Amino acid sequence: MREVAIVGAAVTRFGELWDHSLRDIGLESGMLVLMDAGMETEDIEALFLGNMSAGRFIQQEHIGALIADHAGLADRGIPATRVEAGGATGGLALRQAYLTVASGAHDVVMVGGAEKMTDVSDQDAEETMSFAADQEWEVFFGATLASLYAMMARRHMHEYGTTPEQLAHVAVKNHAHGSANPKAQFRNKLTVERVLGAGRVADPLGVFDCSPISDGGAAVVMTTLERAKEITDEPVIIRGSAQASDTLALHDRWSLTSQRATRLAVRGALSQAGKELGDIDLMEVNDGFTIAEIIALEDLGLAEPGQGGRLAEEGVTALGGDMPVNTSGGLKARGNPPGATGIAQVVEIYDQLKGRAEGRQVADARVGLAHNVGGTGATVTVHILEVA
Amino acid sequence: MAGVRFWREFDTRYRMLATRCPQCGLVYFPPRTVCRKCRRSSVGKMEKVPLPPQGTVLSYSVVHQGQKGFDAQVPYVMAMIEFEGGVTVVGQVVDCDPEDVTIGMEVKPVFRRVREEGASGVIHYGYKFAPPCFPVCEDESLASPE
Repeated sequence: MREVAIVGAAVTRFGELWDHSLRDIGLESGMLVLMDAGMETEDIEALFLGNMSAGRFIQQEHIGALIADHAGLADRGIPATRVEAGGATGGLALRQAYLTVASGAHDVVMVGGAEKMTDVSDQDAEETMSFAADQEWEVFFGATLASLYAMMARRHMHEYGTTPEQLAHVAVKNHAHGSANPKAQFRNKLTVERVLGAGRVADPLGVFDCSPISDGGAAVVMTTLERAKEITDEPVIIRGSAQASDTLALHDRWSLTSQRATRLAVRGALSQAGKELGDIDLMEVNDGFTIAEIIALEDLGLAEPGQGGRLAEEGVTALGGDMPVNTSGGLKARGNPPGATGIAQVVEIYDQLKGRAEGRQVADARVGLAHNVGGTGATVTVHILEVA
Repeated sequence: MAGVRFWREFDTRYRMLATRCPQCGLVYFPPRTVCRKCRRSSVGKMEKVPLPPQGTVLSYSVVHQGQKGFDAQVPYVMAMIEFEGGVTVVGQVVDCDPEDVTIGMEVKPVFRRVREEGASGVIHYGYKFAPPCFPVCEDESLASPE
């Protein structure tokens, strides 16, 4: 396998983008990343697109062709492939692009992710998000994605004594980070009291424990390390890329308080990268719900099982802490358009490693990790990036 | 027609029939046609078995922003129910106040209307879970056949 490096990365603004269609969002992220890479459309040999559910959000399928067409790539006939894995859609699309370059099939590949969620009602959008869990045996009986994560939270509290305050600290931290990100959906700061006093979504999770419904896009251009060195003195190398699966339904798992696919994926990515957790300077992890970040950090190895609640509470994962987590604001504050999220995580790591994360820069960041989860943990991708 | 999708699941949704792998004894609900442990060697051998009559609450959530089709039921309790043998099932806990639900609480399956009529025009029935000692059972005069 060839070494692969990222030479351009960009995100659109995330939020309720009423005046933008999926086409606009996909196109904007593609044009932004070409400008960032200093490339022309003609340089792109293949396109991968992360999109979870345009069929339900805007009644449009065949998204690979749609975006390639509107980006002006249809005339050249380059392959355009849409990828889907629930909330892990973006991470999976990125991995497909990585494998395509690593394998030697193509030299320059663009991967974009885009989602347009606000053209349907909030309830319809939430219903669609819940279809990344098991429709037939969870959603049919009334489960929402929030209620499934709430069951994990309740069990975590029961087994380990994790507190609602510890969950709240995750939201407070990620909103503080998001306040420094001009592309973030939410730039307001929260307090623990405000999180705890907010309306309930699925108790023990309240409104501020849940990531929002978002429109947004993100894109990355990658090529061989050899070629990247001709373009930039500081290529950002994809050192590790791993993907793991677990049962679709939460009720079929061996544990409610741990996501095995995360443990498998991080092990694979670290091993490929020849790194240890201690080599990582910052992380973007799944915080679709506050409990998700706590469980993710335990499964990634940053805390012992049950101890993840302390990390945000004690400031370990805040900017300036030992391991800054979700400096972009995370899914919680930056926003969560599922097709784009996994790519936006990698864009944040790229910006940090390039030293251009203005207002939220992690000092001397050399190695970063991105962790993307689909559904309640049935698909997980982990990518490890290092600046040369 | 869309209704067929639901007829297929009647055995599972109405009678809670599980499948058991005769080789390793693992029980699956909802039923599986391939055992996760024995894989290919289990194909065609899985047996239909009933679930134990009672389970316990492993975890739960009180849902305030309901799933589509459940608006009239909020707040409702979604729970993970664990049966003897390790099978876990997601379903609502009913016939009690949400505040009275606890981890470890015993429940039994009950047959109920699950949700409002969906886009297919079918009214969906299936299982929910309730405390086994529904208050009326405690009144011996009512429980007695005389």
